[in-house]
Amino acid sequence: MAGFLLRRLGQSIALLIIVSMIGFGILHLTPGGPLSQYALTPGMTQETMDRIAEQMGLNRPLPIQYLDWAWRLLQGDWGVSYRDQQPVLSVIGRHMFATFLLMASSTVIAIAVGTWIGIKGATHRYSLFDYTATVGAMVALSIPTFWFGLVGIYIFSLELGWLPAGNMYTIGDGSVLDYLHHLILPSLVLALVNIAIWSRYMRTATLDVINQDFVKTARAKGVSERRILMKHVVGNALLPMITLAGMQLPNLLSGALITETVFTWPGMGRLFLDSLGYNDYPVVMGLLMFSAILVLLGNLIADLVAAAIDPRIRLA
Amino acid sequence: MNFTKPSRRDTLRMMGLAGAAGVLAPNLLVSPALANPPSTPTGQIVVGVSQEPTVFNPLMPRIEVDDGVQLSLFDALVRISPDGEFVPALASEVPTIDNGGLSEDGLTWTFKLRDDVKWHDGEPFTAEDVKFTLELIVDPNFQSWRTTGHSLIRDIEVVSPTEIKWRMEEPFAPYMSILVETMMVPKHILGPLEDRNTAPFNQAPVGTGAFKWGSRKAGDNLELVANEEYFGEGPYIERLIYKYIPDLTVLYTQFKSGDIDIISNQYISPDNYAEAKALTGKVVEVVPSSTVESVFLNMEKPQFQDPAVREAIYSAIDKQTIIDALYYGLPTPAESYLPQQSFYYNPDLPKHAFDIEKANTLLDDAGWVPGDDGVRAKDGVRLSFSNSTTSGNHLREQTQQFMQQTLGQIGIEMTIENLPPAVMWGEYWSMSKFDSVIVGIVFTTGADADVTVRFSSDAIPAQGGRGSNTGQYKNTQVDKLLQEAGQIFDQQKRKDIYREVQEIVRGDLPLLPLFQYATVRGHKEGIKGIEPNINTRIDTWNASQYYWDK
Repeated sequence: MAGFLLRRLGQSIALLIIVSMIGFGILHLTPGGPLSQYALTPGMTQETMDRIAEQMGLNRPLPIQYLDWAWRLLQGDWGVSYRDQQPVLSVIGRHMFATFLLMASSTVIAIAVGTWIGIKGATHRYSLFDYTATVGAMVALSIPTFWFGLVGIYIFSLELGWLPAGNMYTIGDGSVLDYLHHLILPSLVLALVNIAIWSRYMRTATLDVINQDFVKTARAKGVSERRILMKHVVGNALLPMITLAGMQLPNLLSGALITETVFTWPGMGRLFLDSLGYNDYPVVMGLLMFSAILVLLGNLIADLVAAAIDPRIRLA
Repeated sequence: MNFTKPSRRDTLRMMGLAGAAGVLAPNLLVSPALANPPSTPTGQIVVGVSQEPTVFNPLMPRIEVDDGVQLSLFDALVRISPDGEFVPALASEVPTIDNGGLSEDGLTWTFKLRDDVKWHDGEPFTAEDVKFTLELIVDPNFQSWRTTGHSLIRDIEVVSPTEIKWRMEEPFAPYMSILVETMMVPKHILGPLEDRNTAPFNQAPVGTGAFKWGSRKAGDNLELVANEEYFGEGPYIERLIYKYIPDLTVLYTQFKSGDIDIISNQYISPDNYAEAKALTGKVVEVVPSSTVESVFLNMEKPQFQDPAVREAIYSAIDKQTIIDALYYGLPTPAESYLPQQSFYYNPDLPKHAFDIEKANTLLDDAGWVPGDDGVRAKDGVRLSFSNSTTSGNHLREQTQQFMQQTLGQIGIEMTIENLPPAVMWGEYWSMSKFDSVIVGIVFTTGADADVTVRFSSDAIPAQGGRGSNTGQYKNTQVDKLLQEAGQIFDQQKRKDIYREVQEIVRGDLPLLPLFQYATVRGHKEGIKGIEPNINTRIDTWNASQYYWDK
């Protein structure tokens, strides 16, 4: 087991180094740079731009810049954002909180509603409810999120005035209730697509279970339908859904760019876009490394868990 | 002019008529007769911006929205009024040759400072801070954004805590305009530090301005709070908040919904103007901006060597239709690189007319003959060139397609090669790697018409120059005139020279001026004190005067 762990760790680190090199190279070889946004500033001269580039160390050979960056990273220094002039980790951390809030609430809504629709659709197959849910899911999946977002803002903010037209909180308020008030619309919009996906999967999974022998046995024993559903069907149908839920995790990093943009939600998606548009090398590299580490770590844990649960997987 | 309720601008004009503008204290510029600002700061105003302010050290490179924040936090020695008058800010008077602040030869500058100014942390502001600021700007280890003018300063002498003087290596008239954009920073905070580029100050600035640093939620908003000790008039609101909303549609939606009180840079897009005008509870107005949109030609390209070609291209651009159809008639057609409101503007330049026939004749006469593919050529040079702008700017993209069509009618092939902003404004632009570009540029330095960095032949980066003459324009007469105008302080004479420069540039056509932008600005009814100022880059230049009239 220890040998396996060491080998996997070694592989992961090698992969990380390769990923960082490729990322760093591509990023820096793209024409333009973090100073290009000042090119049109009145009175800006090439002399000034060159001087600042030199002060920032941007005119050094690429391998030197890479080694400098990597060496600092090894010491735990992720660098400072060019755009924001704040440490990369704190920039990422702040935006991650916003994304997490949005993702968590929309995922909870999606799972709750999706599961319910899926089960009901399966137990009442070919009913009006089932058909409506199927058509609804198709519609939700086909219509882009920004459209739902804008329509939602139009109806609930501009016309009815019930919900705010965006933002994470009211400036100057920021109480828990205020956050919740602001969360409703974006998390519903974001959840819509996930409800559609989730309900379809749940319906299929439930149908798979519902015809299994143990369900028939339970029914033959005279167990009530409600009990069969809750105790035997749902529990088993949910199992494959856990994998599905796990697949949502990487979304935390990419964020929900469109929803974040429509609702001015200061999350990871917007951070990524802003940083790319600015060529904010330290932040883009930080995001890249962060996601690479998470993916590798996730895989590693999955392998270990699988091995621990299933002795048939040989680790030797 | 409305006499029952004169605006600040009218007041200023009246004082100018009385010939008394120079002797009045600056805070009288705000007429007390103008409605009633509250006696203590009250309420908050949320300003929506589509770019995020991130630079708070006012001496570092910055964009418009950073300006807006910095103008609330800091002060310069002098300020510039909407009419283009220099008004004392931290200085107690604007030095002129008449009042002895400037020597006859323009080489010695003396500034008398106010004695009642305090930094936000309570320390007094003195001439030492001015000295420190001017020296920091030219410190080779500091990332300052502009050294033009400052680099000419020698022998700074602190005469007393309220007086400072220095010598200039050579006379430089635009320097007063540069000082308007030079905010003073505190010596007692930055002075002792080794590295000012990463100083904590840069993220928690301490200034002398009407507002103090509050807090910042990166990627979302920035909060400034009233500085009740402010030496000038105002502030009248407790909190000034900048809310970052990157998407223009969303920015406008939040203006409609009332989530933001003022819609700032990039303002309301032209296509929403008609609807915005009709909104209840909102004041929406069209304000000219000093940005001039033009087609920049790379003068080193063989296609653009012949003046007849440049004139033909200009004639074949249907400017008015572009303005009316794409920009909803908001911008005004331009012939000069200067805004029409500028003191130095030349109104007598030849007027552009869209004339395909004339364009064809020009090219025929110059010997450009259509080839088999319909594209004209001469001496092995095909009249084909690319045009670039930042991808995603729909109005510019449509302008390009429109130009492409009309240029096709005169046997010129224009291809479209658009690039993302970070690429476009990198070496592609600065090192003149383009054929032609559609770009909106502010050519002035504050209110000053000095365009040496844009047009003088030693300012071409691609040829080792140090300015931003990326169109590689060269004209020895322009060089001479710019040099001359930079060294004299007689405004009337400078105006004559800059008018001549505009005439020459209009004749040479290194850039084909399209129009001067107008922005559609909006705020909630009830906010007072908002006043456009074409001499500043941003609408919130005077947030100290904002208040709610309820």
